[in-house]
Amino acid sequence: MTNVRLRKFHQAHWDEPIIFELSVPGRRGLIPPAPEEEIKEAAGDPKGLVPEEMLRKEPPALPELDQKRVLAHYIHLAQETLGGNLCNDISQGTCTMKYNPRINEELAAHPGIASLHPWQDVDTAQGILEIYYKFEEILKEISGMDKFSLHPQGGAHAVYTAASIMRAYHRDRGELDKRREIISSAFTHPCDHAAPATAGFRLIILPPSENGYPSVEAVKAAVSENTAGMFITNPEDTGIYNTEIDQFVKIVHDAGGLCFYDQANANVLLGIARAREAGFDMCHFNIHKTFGTPHGCSGPGLGALGVRDHLAKYLPIPTVEYDGTKYYLDFDRPHSVGKVRQFQGPAGVLVRTYAWVMTIGQEYLKEVSEISTINHNYLQKKLQEQIPEIEVPYAPGRRRLEEARYCWQKLLEATGVSTTDILRRVGDFGLQHYWTSHHPWVVPEPMTLEPCESYGKEDLDEYVAVLKHIRDEAYSDPEIVKNAPHKCASHKLADETALDDPKRWATTWRAYVKKKGRA
Amino acid sequence: MEEKEKRVAHPYIPNSVPEIKEELLKEIGIESTEDIFGQIPEHLRLRRPLNIPKAILSEYELKKHVTELLSKNKNCEEYKNYLGGGCWQHYVPAVCKTIMERDEFLSAYVGEAFADHGKFQAQFEYASCIGELVDMDMVNTPTYDWAMACATTVRMASRMTGRSKALVAKSISPERLSCIKDYACSATPDIELVNYDPKSGLLDLNDLKDKLSEDVCVLYMENPNFFGVIEKDGQEIADLLHSKGALLSVGVDPISLGVLKPPARYGADFACGDVQPLGIPMSYGGGLGGFIATPDEPKFVAEYPSLLFGITETIEEGEYGFGEVLYERTSYASRDKAKDFLGTMAQLHGIVAGVYMALMGPQGMKELGEGLLQRAVYAVRKLSSVKGIKAPYFNSYHFKEFTVNFDDTGKTVADINKALLDHKIFGGKDLSKDFPELGQSALFCITEVHSKKDIDELTEALASVLGK
Repeated sequence: MTNVRLRKFHQAHWDEPIIFELSVPGRRGLIPPAPEEEIKEAAGDPKGLVPEEMLRKEPPALPELDQKRVLAHYIHLAQETLGGNLCNDISQGTCTMKYNPRINEELAAHPGIASLHPWQDVDTAQGILEIYYKFEEILKEISGMDKFSLHPQGGAHAVYTAASIMRAYHRDRGELDKRREIISSAFTHPCDHAAPATAGFRLIILPPSENGYPSVEAVKAAVSENTAGMFITNPEDTGIYNTEIDQFVKIVHDAGGLCFYDQANANVLLGIARAREAGFDMCHFNIHKTFGTPHGCSGPGLGALGVRDHLAKYLPIPTVEYDGTKYYLDFDRPHSVGKVRQFQGPAGVLVRTYAWVMTIGQEYLKEVSEISTINHNYLQKKLQEQIPEIEVPYAPGRRRLEEARYCWQKLLEATGVSTTDILRRVGDFGLQHYWTSHHPWVVPEPMTLEPCESYGKEDLDEYVAVLKHIRDEAYSDPEIVKNAPHKCASHKLADETALDDPKRWATTWRAYVKKKGRA
Repeated sequence: MEEKEKRVAHPYIPNSVPEIKEELLKEIGIESTEDIFGQIPEHLRLRRPLNIPKAILSEYELKKHVTELLSKNKNCEEYKNYLGGGCWQHYVPAVCKTIMERDEFLSAYVGEAFADHGKFQAQFEYASCIGELVDMDMVNTPTYDWAMACATTVRMASRMTGRSKALVAKSISPERLSCIKDYACSATPDIELVNYDPKSGLLDLNDLKDKLSEDVCVLYMENPNFFGVIEKDGQEIADLLHSKGALLSVGVDPISLGVLKPPARYGADFACGDVQPLGIPMSYGGGLGGFIATPDEPKFVAEYPSLLFGITETIEEGEYGFGEVLYERTSYASRDKAKDFLGTMAQLHGIVAGVYMALMGPQGMKELGEGLLQRAVYAVRKLSSVKGIKAPYFNSYHFKEFTVNFDDTGKTVADINKALLDHKIFGGKDLSKDFPELGQSALFCITEVHSKKDIDELTEALASVLGK
């Protein structure tokens, strides 16, 4: 490990007022174009153009600011946000925080996508439809699925769409009333439990065996004539690859169920292993994770949903097709679940990811996965060498693929410093705070790091050095960790219970003003 | 012997420098990644190169390649566009573009408020501005789009009332109706449509009365409706629903709320809509984000599936802090026991919509809304001067959009729109499939990007196409 000099970091701290506090009556930030005089004359007083009952008498009480102040305010807020492109964001395990290339933003702003209406005649949208089609071809090859939908706007949205397709499949076979149960594992992403539940299914969530994933026997015991299917990820959020996955699939298939593969963690399997060979009926990719598009503070993303032939007829409408000379939209799909989102999905994200995959290409896509697993295994080794308190529960001795769920329990017992203290302290060194785990915390005092291919050796070394430093502080000066952060855009909340209290919570300024009794 | 060609390090993959890769393998104590991937059973491995295009490594050539594809499209700067219907061509202010492109917002994700303070504050301000537009105190962080927003209000209403029948106005967007049918069906398997009056396009109150019963949880309607018609009987509709213990959810175009009364003031329990018109580029329908607003009462708040960003205080005197309100509701906390599900949705679009509303302020929203009302009236007058055209189809007040009927021209909307392409015009949305009862009708949208000259030229082009 190279010597690391810890950053003397300080995040921007503007102490920025809420925008309503900056309002001065009469100020204007933007003047909309007025209609020409002839239009005004012809139309007359706008008040006469709305039914009396529906006329808004006074305009909405939005803030009134000059343009510079609006710009400065939002630049301040931007500076108080630690985006992945700015920092060493190994932190957000399971989220695959890649570099989001600038060129892709330039391309997404091109009027050939930014100024397209989704209902334009397809003859005038051949370029974007070609991108839909070609990107779909690439995903089919990477996953082995037969057809994709690029409508869902995020991973959970794709998972929901898969549940909707599963529902349609069983309904068509006259078995939906009976087949209401979905099998999943505890270390699968929560949306694989919540989205099928939203679609009307009941969940059977299997606990991990000592391997970190459910046993074949547990899956056998869970299936029955009530089984609708399985929603599962692999590697699970622990980074452990389930080597028995195809047996799971076979058991569910034999019971008459369908299998959906949540590929949120696909970054380490590109060109290595595919959903098809494991027997899955459906899978998805989080394009904003694995395929390099921005997370946008949590969307818009793109959840590309792939299915095998027997489920293709259920995909949302329209699909993008090619007749040999022309691309077109196919709405004539009577078995489709219909729409899960308006229009044709997040097309701007599609343009970005098309550019990403075209520059990664055949030569480097597998390299993405190889470097991701090398980065992870290096990081884990160094962390465990440097910080003896860190444990990695389950499947001892087995290498994780792209991430690991670490455990700080020993440090908590020795020092009283918890993982939520450490993660806040991480922010003081210019790193995004790290991801613990989804709930419930099966692994106590968890930490999940994912050093994907966007990070260099020096980033990995820096991360280890920061955690080692905080671990040392936990013994020498635990209060500095417990009261962290000290150098971030803001501080620890005074009282988190306020956010669960109807008398004190407020998601809008108007509610806050009312509850605080201030103007 | 010729030296083996050295592999170029990819600009996005710092450790793809061959020497670094070797060094890391050595540090790990393995020969190759096969020592890791070897645990994957052989029959699950892909043992051939992926058949996908070769890498375009130079940024210049990549840009050229993608730009060439995008240039095959005819965009709405080259053509005059009269399509709307939930994705509208409004002016996107420069400041909105600047903030949307900031790497801090663009590349942030789920960080907490101490390091992502600005993200939380920007979202809070977005919700606060939407709250002013709709005159409600509780607003969510955006969901995928308006369709998911309105479908979510149906699910929320079902849980709140314990009822499983929903009424939906037939005059809403067919795409949103399709989403409601898919998304809400496990909560409200019984979804019945409420007709519109064939002359006025307004919600048919008699039909509503006929279909309203004590097992109805909600009516979802839109105002202006899909045909651009401004509903006028909001209060009566709300009273009818409430008298049966049902709720009212109203979908709105937020850009109308500088001049139109917000649904809360005529008794609506939910307001929802799309942020796209508020400074987000259309992007072939990619620029969407759905908002939901309700009263700030626990019975509503407890049923939101969305993240709700709340304002509070930090340990530092006088400093605002932010966090998540009632986090236990969400699927991040409670998995299958949560209220529906949550995921990566449309937060960046929410932030940009917040910038837009702050730029526009009360006067901007009012002036824009007034101009949209006036332009629609002018456009209707001009278009109806063409022989055979009936505009608007419905005898009502309209906002921004209106239906144009071509039955008396002897031509179909499809043919007319094809012919308009020669005039570099995207004609209105063809309604003949979704609303056959309207004959050959199209939905036209006029926004502030259309000048008098544009409208006059549209009229001339239609006259020419129709041979009048």
